[in-house]
Parts: sequence; structure tokens; C-alpha cells
Amino acid sequence: MPKNYSVWSLLRGAVSGQRHWPAAWREAAPKPRYDVIVVGGGGHGLASAYYLAKNHGINRVAVVERGWIGGGNTGRNTTIVRSNYLYPQSARLYDFSLRLYEGLAKELNFNIMLSQRGLVLLAHSRHDLDSMSRWANAMRMNGIEAELLTRDQVAARVAGLDMSPQARLPVLGGFAQPRGGTARHDAVAWGYARAASALGVDIIQNCEVTGFIEENGRVAGVSTSRGAIRADRVGVAAAGHSSVLAKLAGLKLPVTSYALQALVSEPIKPILDTVVLSPGTGAYVSQSDKGEIVIGAMLDLFPSYAQRGSFAVQQSIIAATLELFPSYGRLRMLRQWAGIVDVVHDSSPIIGPTPVPGLYINCGWGTGGFKAIPAGGWTLAHALATGKSHPLAEAFQLERFYTGRLIDEAAASGIAH
Amino acid sequence: MMHIRCPWCGLRDESEFVCGGTSHLIRPPLGASDEVWGEYLFFRENPKGLHRERWRHLHGCGQWFNVSRDTVTHEILAVYAMTDPVPP
Repeated sequence: MPKNYSVWSLLRGAVSGQRHWPAAWREAAPKPRYDVIVVGGGGHGLASAYYLAKNHGINRVAVVERGWIGGGNTGRNTTIVRSNYLYPQSARLYDFSLRLYEGLAKELNFNIMLSQRGLVLLAHSRHDLDSMSRWANAMRMNGIEAELLTRDQVAARVAGLDMSPQARLPVLGGFAQPRGGTARHDAVAWGYARAASALGVDIIQNCEVTGFIEENGRVAGVSTSRGAIRADRVGVAAAGHSSVLAKLAGLKLPVTSYALQALVSEPIKPILDTVVLSPGTGAYVSQSDKGEIVIGAMLDLFPSYAQRGSFAVQQSIIAATLELFPSYGRLRMLRQWAGIVDVVHDSSPIIGPTPVPGLYINCGWGTGGFKAIPAGGWTLAHALATGKSHPLAEAFQLERFYTGRLIDEAAASGIAH
Repeated sequence: MMHIRCPWCGLRDESEFVCGGTSHLIRPPLGASDEVWGEYLFFRENPKGLHRERWRHLHGCGQWFNVSRDTVTHEILAVYAMTDPVPP
């Protein structure tokens, strides 16, 4: 059982040079058999394992990760959390996630550095204003706070925006989700890992799944680079690599993998105290607690498994950011990266059973997986424990691609896909 | 940045093109079941490696053509016409 983190343990460490901290979680070797295996040690996989143990009392669980935990998209996002979706099914799911985030630091006894600094979306045209009114009103209908902003309110709220008459991207207004913000991405992975490990979950790193063991028409485990591991149920939470894993089980998914890139500047003094999105240009900007300006881009719109991103998209996103915030023109950028995201046609997730008995999936979060980690884990754990989809996830099943009952958030969330 | 050899305009920057997704999908007959139709519309191989896909030289000649490309290295292995058979 790891030490409980508290102000007292911190003070005690101050005397001993902070050298008393034990490892936060156990590095486990694979056992031959578990009740449940979760493939993918990112936020969704680790959260699934934690909620399996916590909510369902199933602690003979292995999280199998090809690389290191939190090293995929959990370490490659822009750390933004929000629930500003349009349709009731999405609003319920994403707001449940945000509510779990709000209590997560206490729940996990791990500071995830949640900062609800608000999220401001910019309207650059009359059409943007109209669609944002609809969007904000839809959120309110779903019981999620949203605030329409006039041009002057945006100017007062967002420092450094080019509000001059000759601005290339004029800001006519916008809207805000006050409960949106950022959370520390690594802390989310590490917090879930530590809490899951404390409940008996084995976290197995450097262990690549190379195939599924099938018995009597069911998945009965996985073969890995570290040997066979058996379990009654297997959950896959592998984001951009979902298709690769599904193929090993003979399954095709309605998923295409794209690179989504972001970049950060050198750290500077506080200049931006909210998250700013410009859906029209695909740019979103925030400042990390360390002081870096974090810039997120839109997708590189061709299939890719290369975690680097194309220069063409990088150039356009920097151009848009500088039109919005001219004073950032002297910033030096420190790092640029891309994550491989799993985009489905309606930009909504898939969480639940698959046509292969014993195999469950959590994928399709596309460009917005980080904000959904708690809900994705909670609902996949439910499916793995009970064999049925969670009520919040019922609308997000694979069948919708046959029935046509899509939840088309591509337009609704206003994120360029 | 990728350089793509348009069959009509020659080697140009990636930013002049748009990708139209997986190529060689065969439209099922109108009487197809919901499953077959759903598979056709939404389900994709999404390979990690060689992918046959359509591209269009949007900011150029406007023509469509096929590309064999590696989705990991982004290396373009072949460019061929829309009606050509799948290259080996």
C-alpha cells in the first residue's frame, strides 16, 4: 500500500531531503491468469483497471502496455478538459467525466492539478455567432453551464487577443464554459496507476500484445512479447492503434487513425489565464502552469501512424495563433509532437462489447480522449464487469454504424475534423 | 512535408492536395443489408503500413488519382490512375 500523500508527509520529507518517497506503483511481471486484462496503459486503460477494482471489486486485473504507461496519447495531448457538447448523449457522458475530474485528486490522493480556468470559444463571423448561440443554449438545455460573450466581454477575458479594427481574424464574440480548463496529463495516468496498483491491479509495461487467445469462439486471453496471459474478458483501450489490435482478433472497426499535433513554447510569465479555442481556424491555446504556451492544431487529414505531424499543418496553426495573439510572435517553440488519434465518422466514442465474445473496446475518442478518461474508464470497467454496456454508454455502441443512429458530434463540438 | 507526384502536374507539396481516404472500396448493391451497407460506409482496414488511398490535386489540376503510401513512414510507393488495377 503506498504512502498516503498529505501535507504531513511533505513536511516530514522536508527534514529528510524528500528521499523517503516509495515507488508510486508496483512494476508487475505478468501472471499466467487474471479475471480481466486491459490492453493499453494510457489514461483510459488505467482508469478502467482502477474502476474495475474500485466499483466492481474485481482486482485480479492486468494492464498490459506496449511501452510505458501514459506514453501514448495521454502524454501527447493539450491537457484540456471540457464538456461543451451538443447532443444529450454526449453531454451526459462528457459532463460525467468532468465531474469525476473535479473530485479526482481527492479520490486518487494524487494532485492532478485540475485548473478550471474556463474555456473561451471565439466567434469570427456572424455565422459563428449564430452557431455558438445554438451550441451554448444546447449545453444549457443539457444542464451544463455556458455563457455567451459579447466582443467586449471576450476582450476583457482574454488578454493579448488582436481586437484591432484591422485584425485578420476579427473576434465578434464567443462563449465560455466556465468549468472547462486543464489538468496535468501525467498526473492523471500516474494517479490512476498508483490507485489501481494499491487495489491489487498488475501494471505490466514493455509488454506488447501480439495476438488474442481464442477458445470455444471466445477470447480467452492475449499472447504477448512476455508470454501468454489468460483471462475471461479482455478490454482494449488503445486509441490510434485500436484497428491494429482489433485486426489481431479478426475484427474491423469504423476507425481511421490520424496524427494530431501540438507544440509548446519556452516558459514565460503568466499571460493567458484561460483556454482559448478558435474553431474557425482549428487553433487552441492555453498556458501551462509551468508557463509554456501550449498550442493545439487540427488533424493532419490523411491516415497516419507517424507520431510527428506534418509541417504544413504546423505552419497553418502557428499562423492562426499569431493572427489571434500577435505578441506571441517572439516566442521560441521548444517541443512539437503528434499523437495518433482514432477518428470515427460521427466523432463519438465506441465503448462496450464487440462481436467477438469476451472482447470489449473503448475507442473512437478522436481528438478528445484526454477529457474523457474518467468516463471512458468508468464505462469500460462496467462493460468488462457486467458484460453489458453502461447506461451512459448505451448510445455509443458499434451497432450504431449499422442502424444509422449516429451521434454526429463532428459539427456539434465545433472541432475541425 | 510530403511531396506527391501528381500524374498531370508533377512533384508538388502535400499542402496542394487533399486525401480522399481508402481506395478500391466497392459499393454494394442497393438491396444490401444494413450490415453490408454499414461496413461499406464506415468500417475500414486502417492499416499500419501500406495503404491504398485516393488523393486529389485540389489547388492544382483538380484531378483524382490513387496513391500507395506507407502510413508509418509516409513514403509514397506508387501513384496510379483511378481506373488502374491495384499495383502489386
